[in-house]
Amino acid sequence: MTEAIDVEGLIKRFGKVTALDGLDLKVRTGEVHGFLGPNGAGKTTTIRVLLGLMRHDGGSARLLGGDPWADATNLHKRLAYVPGDVTFWPNLTGGEVIDLLGRLRGGLDPKRRDDLIERFELDPRKKGRTYSKGNRQKVALIAALASDVELLLLDEPTSGLDPLMEEVFREVILQEKRRGDRTVLLSSHILAEVEALCDRLTIIRDGRSVESGTLDELRHLTRTTIRAELTGPVNGLADLAGVHDLISTDGRVTFDVDAEALEPALKSLVAAGVRSLVSQPPSLEELFLRHYTRGEAGSAK
Amino acid sequence: MTGTGKLLRLILRRDRVILPLWVFLLGILPQVYLSSFEKIFTTDAERLDYAHLGAANAGFVALYGLLPGDSMGELVVWRAGFVPVMIGLITLLTVIRHTRADEEAGRSDLIRATVVGRWAQLAAALLATMLGSLVMGLIVTASMIGGGQPAGGSVAFGVLFTLSGWIFAGVAAIAAQLTSSARGARMIAVLVLGAAYVLRLGGDISAQGDGRLEWLSWLSPIGWVQRIFPYGANDWWPAVLGLLFTVASLGVAGYLLTRRDLGAGLLASRLGPAHAGPGLSSPFGLAWRLHRGLLLGWTGGFAALGLVFGGVGGSVVQIAESSSGVADTFAKIGGAGSITDAYFTSTAGICGLIIALYAIQACLRIRDEEQSGHAELILGTAVRRTAWAGGHLFFALLGPAVAMAVEGALAGATFGDFGPVLGASLAQLPAVWVLGSVAVLLIGVLPRFAGVAWGAVAVCLLLLLFGELVEFPQWVMDVSPFTHVPQLPGADFTVVPEMVLVLIAAAVGGAGLTALRRRDIPA
Repeated sequence: MTEAIDVEGLIKRFGKVTALDGLDLKVRTGEVHGFLGPNGAGKTTTIRVLLGLMRHDGGSARLLGGDPWADATNLHKRLAYVPGDVTFWPNLTGGEVIDLLGRLRGGLDPKRRDDLIERFELDPRKKGRTYSKGNRQKVALIAALASDVELLLLDEPTSGLDPLMEEVFREVILQEKRRGDRTVLLSSHILAEVEALCDRLTIIRDGRSVESGTLDELRHLTRTTIRAELTGPVNGLADLAGVHDLISTDGRVTFDVDAEALEPALKSLVAAGVRSLVSQPPSLEELFLRHYTRGEAGSAK
Repeated sequence: MTGTGKLLRLILRRDRVILPLWVFLLGILPQVYLSSFEKIFTTDAERLDYAHLGAANAGFVALYGLLPGDSMGELVVWRAGFVPVMIGLITLLTVIRHTRADEEAGRSDLIRATVVGRWAQLAAALLATMLGSLVMGLIVTASMIGGGQPAGGSVAFGVLFTLSGWIFAGVAAIAAQLTSSARGARMIAVLVLGAAYVLRLGGDISAQGDGRLEWLSWLSPIGWVQRIFPYGANDWWPAVLGLLFTVASLGVAGYLLTRRDLGAGLLASRLGPAHAGPGLSSPFGLAWRLHRGLLLGWTGGFAALGLVFGGVGGSVVQIAESSSGVADTFAKIGGAGSITDAYFTSTAGICGLIIALYAIQACLRIRDEEQSGHAELILGTAVRRTAWAGGHLFFALLGPAVAMAVEGALAGATFGDFGPVLGASLAQLPAVWVLGSVAVLLIGVLPRFAGVAWGAVAVCLLLLLFGELVEFPQWVMDVSPFTHVPQLPGADFTVVPEMVLVLIAAAVGGAGLTALRRRDIPA
């Protein structure tokens, strides 16, 4: 099995609202996969279908080679889940919750548990009601990471953590990655985190996948910004397919160019004579914004 | 208290359905009693018969309180004797919902960050609840006067209802300051309400017999308001006592509020174990942790109830000896057997109805766990839904059994007739389970309306309260599972109806579990 998660054309409706509208998601075994999308895009719904908490209305979903609904209990022995909004019982301590969840999954590594508690600086003796959001998230993360499972489903796991703990989280996930046999599905809004951790990512919007691939592949799909000072007049640049938002003043040109049009665009610049050139690759932010914002910017490819 | 007005409007908006509903329904209830009494008692003699019977029936006195006179007004007040408990329950839940529950959910942070005074939230919650109680009292007064009852007594009757709400709004205001969880605050306030009811019950039944324990009623706020005795003595000073209690409790709550941080309770949370004990390794182990407090509370309460019921059983015998006429009539309606048999039949019935609340509470914990997101954590591990729900259902089944067994055993032992009294209490269990299974069915099929299960108990309670008054057709009475429970200890034990009730509970509960297994667990 090379794919830990294989979702195709997934459809989920809540009454008249279609939450997932033909979503595709493929996560290869052993990779850290970023799962991105604006609020309400369907990330959590997808994860809940994968957990067998919800049935889907169409398409197919396979998880670790099994049916997430029918084989839920057996599959759950092989995965750990951290919800985006962690709440737990007010009268149980954090340590008790970690042990309970670990045991219900089929056991956890006590050494690793204590190590993680130390690294995340968690006081496991506090009762559930006295933990902040960040500390509740730490409890769920420690319980998940200390379990010896093949797949981690993490739904915005760092949204309540402070920057220091975020760093700890990154280190731990990178360690997991080096082990090579754990698969992680990481839904996140923090771009630096995705950039640092994920091998591949899937961006979804309105219940549909809009992009999927490695970061480099996705970057390839977006435009590079070029600023140049030219010695002579440039010809034909404006007519070139793939050149956008061209501004030309006093021998300076600024434009965005699609990856496939980069070469002809540069050629025409060189033909005009280049005094200076700045090329800015697309940032992850731009990548996201292009897909997150509605309207033509999002649908243009 | 800046901003109280705005917060009050917010509460009225949030409660725009439920608040008018209980204010109106409970307010109009006495008028319903009045008109049905007028239909039933066509002659004064019939009414007097009923009054004498009611005044002497220890089971009725346990449920409704003392009946000092025989006028129509007094009969209605007496018959509505359980309503103050219902009013207390509703008002304390309302106050906690708009104070501690909001605070626990973090909604208060949002509100307190705006231009709102420290006391504004508490004040707004109390104002809404107390205004509701006041309107309810006014409806009682107006409808009773409209029904041709004396004005003075009608005003006193309205005061009785209003004060019942005010007193327990005050109790809830204090409870909301003590714990950091709404659940804990509710538990404390309900405990106070339960204690008030049991004290009133013990004192009143004792007052019927030798009167040695009558002072118990004076420890109970419910005892105070009932001792206003509208249409009879029209005593004002128990009302003053209730008013003083309300004012004092509001003062205490306001003071306690200044002594704590937002979100915190006065009873501080202590540190607990860093590792889970060996028991906490299965859905059942978790359910035990979540249910043990509830089980202990209910069992303790029912132990007290058993001691009171058993202790005053002797008074019932005295009444029977002192007036043979009463005993005759009583034996006629109370089923076969002696007067004490009839008494224990009715106390067992009351206990069954009350413990059904526990069964439903325990079942609804499944829904609570789902809504709070706890279920998601558990169901994300290798735990079957049926095992997760089963842990809670175990306590819904056996918890009431334990509480009823303790109640029956203590009542029987105290009275000196162990087996039969215990049997009468245990005989209620199949009916209790049927009501619990309704909750399971709702959780499985219509989870959003799972709270309607409380309505099932309310229907049974109404059938008990209105039943023989309105003379419903038998099929209506048959709706309540308690109608089918054998009238122990007087009557013979019949296995068939009990078996049928158990089968119904199993079928309905099983259907609910199957539906729960197949539906989505929403976020």
